[in-house]
Amino acid sequence: MRSGLVVLLLAFGYLALLFVIAAWGDRRAEQGRSLIGSPTVYALSIAVYCTAWTFYGSVGRAAQFGPSFLLIYLGPTLAMLMAPFVIRKMVRIANAQRLTSIADFISARYGKSSSLGALVTLIALIGITPYIALQLKAITVSHAVLVNYPQAAELHLADERFWTDGSFWVALVLAVFIILFGTRHLDASERHEGMVAAIAFESLVKLMAFLSVGIFTVFVLFNGPADLFSRVSEMPELTRLLSLEAVPGGALGWVGMLVLAFLAFLTLPRQFQVLVVENVDERHLRRASWLFPLYLLVINLLVIPIALAGLLLGDGAGDPDSFVLTLPLSAGLAGLPLLVFIGGLSAATGMMIVETIALSTMVSNQLVMPLLLRSRRLHLSTRGEFAGWLLGIRRVAILLILLLGYLYHALIGETYSLVTIGLVSFAAASQFAPALLIGMYWRGANRRGAALGMSVGFLLWAWTLLIPGFAQSGWLDPGFLEHGPWGLEWLRPYAMFGLEGWDIYTHSLLWSLGANVGLLVGVSLFTRPSPLEQTQAALFTEALRPGLMQASLWQGQTTRGELRALLGRYLGDAATARVFAQHPGAATDDSQPAPAALTVRAEQALAGSLGSASARVLTDSVVRGEPPDLASILSILDTTSETLEVNRRLEQKSTELARTSEELRAANDRLRELDRLKDEFVAMVSHELRTPLTSIRAFAEILRDNQDLPDEKRRHFLDVVVRESQRLSRLIEEILDLARLESGRLTLEPKRLDLVTLVHHSVDAVQRLQENRGVTLEVVIGPETAPVIGDADRLEQVIINLLDNAGKFAADDAPRVLLRLDRHKDHYRLAVEDNGPGISPDERERVFEKFHQIAHQESGETRGRPRGSGLGLPISRGIVAHLGGRLWVEGAARLGGACLVMELPQAPAEAPGTGEEIAET
Amino acid sequence: MNAPHQRERLVALVVLGALLFSPPLLLIADAAPAAHGWLVIYVFLAWGTVIGLMAWLMERREED
Repeated sequence: MRSGLVVLLLAFGYLALLFVIAAWGDRRAEQGRSLIGSPTVYALSIAVYCTAWTFYGSVGRAAQFGPSFLLIYLGPTLAMLMAPFVIRKMVRIANAQRLTSIADFISARYGKSSSLGALVTLIALIGITPYIALQLKAITVSHAVLVNYPQAAELHLADERFWTDGSFWVALVLAVFIILFGTRHLDASERHEGMVAAIAFESLVKLMAFLSVGIFTVFVLFNGPADLFSRVSEMPELTRLLSLEAVPGGALGWVGMLVLAFLAFLTLPRQFQVLVVENVDERHLRRASWLFPLYLLVINLLVIPIALAGLLLGDGAGDPDSFVLTLPLSAGLAGLPLLVFIGGLSAATGMMIVETIALSTMVSNQLVMPLLLRSRRLHLSTRGEFAGWLLGIRRVAILLILLLGYLYHALIGETYSLVTIGLVSFAAASQFAPALLIGMYWRGANRRGAALGMSVGFLLWAWTLLIPGFAQSGWLDPGFLEHGPWGLEWLRPYAMFGLEGWDIYTHSLLWSLGANVGLLVGVSLFTRPSPLEQTQAALFTEALRPGLMQASLWQGQTTRGELRALLGRYLGDAATARVFAQHPGAATDDSQPAPAALTVRAEQALAGSLGSASARVLTDSVVRGEPPDLASILSILDTTSETLEVNRRLEQKSTELARTSEELRAANDRLRELDRLKDEFVAMVSHELRTPLTSIRAFAEILRDNQDLPDEKRRHFLDVVVRESQRLSRLIEEILDLARLESGRLTLEPKRLDLVTLVHHSVDAVQRLQENRGVTLEVVIGPETAPVIGDADRLEQVIINLLDNAGKFAADDAPRVLLRLDRHKDHYRLAVEDNGPGISPDERERVFEKFHQIAHQESGETRGRPRGSGLGLPISRGIVAHLGGRLWVEGAARLGGACLVMELPQAPAEAPGTGEEIAET
Repeated sequence: MNAPHQRERLVALVVLGALLFSPPLLLIADAAPAAHGWLVIYVFLAWGTVIGLMAWLMERREED
C-alpha cells in the first residue's frame, strides 16, 4: 500500500485532478458562468496562506514552542478584521489602476517608479524563494516518511540524483500547470479563474486531511480530549508547553510575532495576489473577513492535541514536524497516512502555484520589461509579436523561480527546520509594509523615503536573520554570531547594539522595521516628490472617495491612430480592439485627437499587461503635453470634496424644503377641510333654522289671513307657533354653545362636586318627561360619593342630554333606559343604556359629528318625541373633554341597545378647608 | 457600510481583537492557576468570539 510507486501515482494523480479542475474553471469562465464568483470560494482561496508550513510545521512548532504557532494565524485574523478599511482600499486602487502585484502597487504609489518596483521584486525573490524551497522540502520529507516508516526518514539529497527526487518532478509538473493556467492572458490584472478554483479546492482538501488526523488522534489513539489532557498533566515538561513560558521571548516575543504575521499577511506576494488581484467583487470581502479567520481557527484547533500526542508517544513518532504522518502510521493505518500526504501536497502546491504566478508577474513586469524598453536596440516592429514575447518571459520566469526554489531546497534545505524558513520569509515580506500601508494613508510619503527605508530594512533583515541562517547551515563560520564581525560586539546579528534576550524574529523586526519606517518618514519629510508622485499619492490616499478614479486627469494630446498603433504593438490587435470598442466616437478617423478618457484607458490596458511603470513610459512616448500634475489633481480633489460638500448641503436643504412643503400641504389640506366643514355647517344651520321658521311663518300667515278660524284650531296653531319658536331658540342656544366650545370661549366654572348628587338632580329633572313617554328609567349607582371636578350646570346638561337621547332611541314597545355610575380605576364612569336598535360600530364615532342624525330617525317624530337638533352629542363631548374626561359609544351590556359612556377623572384628595363646596352641591 | 455606526463598530472590534490577543489580558490568562492550558483555551475562546462578532457585523445586512 505504501510502496513508492503507489505514493507517486497517487501524488501525480492528485496533480492531474488539479489540472482538470482548473481547466473546468477556465471553461466555465469562458462560458460566462464563473465558478469563483462566490465569497466562499474567495475566502477559501485566501486560505492559500496555510501552506505545508501550517500543515506539518504548526505541530512541530507547537511541540517545541507551545502556543506561539497560533500567532501566525492571529495576525491575519486581525488583518481580516481591518479588511473593510485596508484591503477594500487596496482592491479599489488596484482595480482602478489595473495593478497586478505588490511590486506594481508600491511602484505605482510612488510615481510609477520602475526602480522601486525592481527593488520590491528583488527583495521578494530573495525572501520568498526559500519559502518555495520549504514547500518542496515538505513534499520530499513527507514522501520519505511515508515510504520508509518505521525507519527514520534519512535524507541525503545531495547524494541523490535529482531525477530520483520526487519533488523535482512535482516542481516541473507545477511549472506546466502554472504556465497553462497562470499565463493564459497577457493582461495579468485579469483573473485566473481556473487557478483560483483549483486553489480553493486545495484549501478544502488540506482542511479535511488535517481534521481527519486530528480526530483520529484525539478519539482513536486516545479516548477523547479529557483522556489526552489527563495524561499530559502527569508530565510537567508537557504542561509547560501550554503556557506562555514556552513562547520564545515570552510576552514580548508574542507581540513581535503577532505584528510580524499581521504585516506579512498583507504583504506576502501570494496573499496580495489572491486578496487583491484575484478579487472578483469587492463585496466578497464581507464574507471573507470572518470566514477566512474561521478557517484558520478550525485548522488550528487540533494542532496542540496532535503535538501533545506525538510527544506522549515518544520516540515512535519521530520528528515533531512529521507527527501528522507518523501518528497514523504508528497505529498501522494504511489509508489515513496517504490522505495526510495528499493534504500536505495540497498545502504545498497551492502555495507554490500562487506564489510563482505572483513572482513571475513581478519579474516580467518590474524587472525584465523596463530593461527591454530601455534598450534601444530592441525593435519590435511586427504587430502583436511583443505580446508573445511577454508571455514567453513570464513562462521562463515561472520555470526559473521553481528551479531556483528546487536548488535552494536541494543545496541548503536540509539544515533548516521548516518553521525557521517560514518566519524568515515573513520578516522579508513585512519590509514592504511601511511603503504599502503608510503610502496608502499618508500623502507625504515619497519615493526616496520608500526606497531608502526598504533597502535599509532589507539589509538589516539579511544581517539579523538570513546570514545567521547561512552560518547555522555551516556555509559560514558561525563565530561572528558570538563575537560579532571583526570582533565588533555591537554588530552581533542576534543582539544588535547589545539588545539581548529577545527572540530573534522580534529582534530583527524591531531593527529592520524601525529603520524602515524611520527612514521612510524622515526622508519623505525632507525631500520633494515629483509631480507624478504627488498625483499618485493623492489618488492612492483618497481612493475610497467616490467618483475620484473616474475623473479624467490627462491633459496631453495625441491622436487615435498613434494610440492604436502603440496598443497594437504591445498588446496585439484583439486587445486593442477591445479598448477602442469602449470609446467608439469617431472610431474610423485615426487622425482625430484621442479623448482623455481613451488615453487613460489605453494606459491602464498597458499597465495590466506590462506594469504601471512601463505603461507610463510607453504612453509618454506618444502623448505630447503635460501629464497631470499636482495642481490639477489637487484641484480635482478639492473640487470633488467641495462638490461633495455642496451636494451634502444641497441635499440637506432639499430635505428641509421637502419637509416644509409637506407641512404646508398638510396645513392647506386641513384648511380646505375646515372650509368645507364651515360651509356644510352654515348650510345645515340654515336648513335647521328654516324648518321651524317656515312653519311659524306658515301658521302665523294662516292666523292672519283667516280671521274666522274656530278657536280650537286657532289655539292649536298658536301652540305650534310657540313650540316651534321654543325649538328655534333652543337650537340657537345650542349653536352658540357649540361656537363657544369650538372657539374655546366656553366658560366653565370647574368646582369640586359630587357626581352622585348631580345624577339624582338630573334624573329628577327628566323623570317626569320620560314617564310621559312611557320610558322605564332605572338608576344603578355604585359608589356612595363620586367626587369630580366640573361645572355643575354643564354636567347636568350633558346627563340630561344623554338620558333624553336614550329615551328617544329606546325600543318602541316597552322602552327602557338604564343609568349606571361606577368607579373605574381612578375615574368615574356614567353609562346610559337603552334597549333600542343600537348603533353599528362604524357609526359610533359619527354620532358625535354635528347635525348627524341616525338614519331611522328620519321617519319623523315617532311617539311624539321632539326631533333632536343633532348638536347635543357634539356639545356634550366638547364639555366632557373640557373637563378632562371622555365620552364614547359602545354596545349596551344589559339592554342590548346603544350605550353612551361618560368618564370623568376622580377629583384629587380633598384639600382641607374646601369641604363646604361639596356640601353646597 | 451604510448602517449607522458600522464604521465605528468595526474599529471597535479591531481594537477589541488587538486587546484580547495582547499581553495584559494574556498574562492574566497565563497566570490562571485553575488548570494547565488556560492560556490556549483563552486564546481559542477570544478568537472565536472575535470571529463571531465580525460575522454578525458583516452578515446582518444582506445588501450594503
